[in-house]
Amino acid sequence: MDSFIQQLINGITLGGIYALIALGYTMVYGVIQLINFAHGEFFATGGYVGVICLSFFTGLGYMETHPIFCLTASFALAMMYCAYLAIGVEKIAYKPLRKESRLAALLSALGVSIFLSNGLMLTQGVYDKAYPSELFQNGFNVGIITISYLQILIVCLTAVLLVALNLLVFKTKIGMAMRATAQDKTMSALVAIGSNRIISLTFAIGAGLAAAAGIMVGLYYGSVRYDMGFLPGIKAFSAAVLGGIGNITGAMLGGLIIGMVEIFGAGYISGEYKDVFAFIILIGVLYFKPTGIMGENIDDTRV
Amino acid sequence: MSDNTTSNNPTEPILELKGVYSGYGSIKALRDVSLKVYPGEIVAIIGANGAGKSTTLMTICGIVPLEKGDIIYNGKSTKRIAPEKLPPLGLCQVPEGRRIFPRLTVEENLILGAFYRDDKPEIKKDIDHVYSLFPVLGERNRQKGGTLSGGEQQMLAIGRALMTKPKVLLLDEPSLGLAPLIIHQIFEIISDINKNQGTTILLVEQNANLALQAATRGYVLETGEITLEDKASSLLHNPEIRKAYLGE
Repeated sequence: MDSFIQQLINGITLGGIYALIALGYTMVYGVIQLINFAHGEFFATGGYVGVICLSFFTGLGYMETHPIFCLTASFALAMMYCAYLAIGVEKIAYKPLRKESRLAALLSALGVSIFLSNGLMLTQGVYDKAYPSELFQNGFNVGIITISYLQILIVCLTAVLLVALNLLVFKTKIGMAMRATAQDKTMSALVAIGSNRIISLTFAIGAGLAAAAGIMVGLYYGSVRYDMGFLPGIKAFSAAVLGGIGNITGAMLGGLIIGMVEIFGAGYISGEYKDVFAFIILIGVLYFKPTGIMGENIDDTRV
Repeated sequence: MSDNTTSNNPTEPILELKGVYSGYGSIKALRDVSLKVYPGEIVAIIGANGAGKSTTLMTICGIVPLEKGDIIYNGKSTKRIAPEKLPPLGLCQVPEGRRIFPRLTVEENLILGAFYRDDKPEIKKDIDHVYSLFPVLGERNRQKGGTLSGGEQQMLAIGRALMTKPKVLLLDEPSLGLAPLIIHQIFEIISDINKNQGTTILLVEQNANLALQAATRGYVLETGEITLEDKASSLLHNPEIRKAYLGE
């Protein structure tokens, strides 16, 4: 039982991270019907900007004295950097193809993915880059369950970001405009909503969330690598499909489920097959319910 | 908002199409279409299915690209203005098939009509005004747009357009697919908007009888070309029009 609760906590931590990445896939799909295969690279880039910032702060000695400030600044910088990177990618690689077939943009996305990941390799090296801070690795025990402060940080920050996103999309005028653009771009233009602006915003938000997830993974596992975007990217994509692609609540739910399944699968079935479980789910969903848990019939929470 | 210097003079058209050619790719839907709309008028464009009526409105709004000719709105060419910049200048369209955002609520649809506006209290007042014009919308304000009936959707589409505070309102087939009683109600509201708010209206209709009764002037569009222009009452009594469009 104790080990079950331990796994549950680990599952929520990982699931929240997948949820953050999955949102970028689902929001971009909702607005321009593109599977942005370069999305995993925003996550990896975020992890790298995070490690660069944190190493810099550690070098100055600020990490000891002002840990909260250093973390906040690192998250903010990484999220902003990736948001602008995503806006740039969209303008250069996707916007010119918007009137072409969807396949063209999809291939362009694959190209961008390779480009960005090789860019990381060439500029940052092929080896793992270690996160400097051991600061949050401590934790406390409840019985034999260990909860690290880092896990609490990750879960809380994830929750804050998810709630903030929900408020933005479902309660603000700009969120309404996003949903309207997803539903009918021509009509949106007729009520003065510029779809270019909304599409840029969607990419920026998705990449910002992925960047936050990148730092979390870096802190959680202690290091980042240039190709770290690939697997979590595909798993988060599975999560988005599981939840019903285009559906925001679905992506959050899907992320949590995939994270849980991976942790429990690794714990109770086989650790070596932990990467397989997400794909079993993906295949199962595509086979039995291609619209996902909250797809199509449940319209309320679509972008 | 614009403080346009020109064309408050009633002899100047507020909207003018000059030799407009446009279409979808190689298909030329409009050929040399010229028309004028003066402030305060209701102008009707009548024509058969596929004559280019909707394309005319979509070209005015910049959705269908203009290939040749020019469109002058409020004394300025709209050639270089992006479609989403036109509603803030007072040019707004209620498109064919109403195009309500189906997964947004009635109220959200109305709020988006005022997307470019920042004047919150005014927006609130305008929403209430729309609810007073169409009480049924007020009753259903939390309902998803897609769950409304055709007539209610038409009301919502007109309400949403009013939220942009239009000077010129383009209406595409407001009667399409509606019951006669609802059509009557909608056209009453249209004349009311024209009379009480001074909104200029360019109306496209297959139902020529209805359109010409509401309008001050009319144009006849046939396979992408304007073939006739006259006062609405004269068109209504023109034997050829009666034969071609009024089923006599």
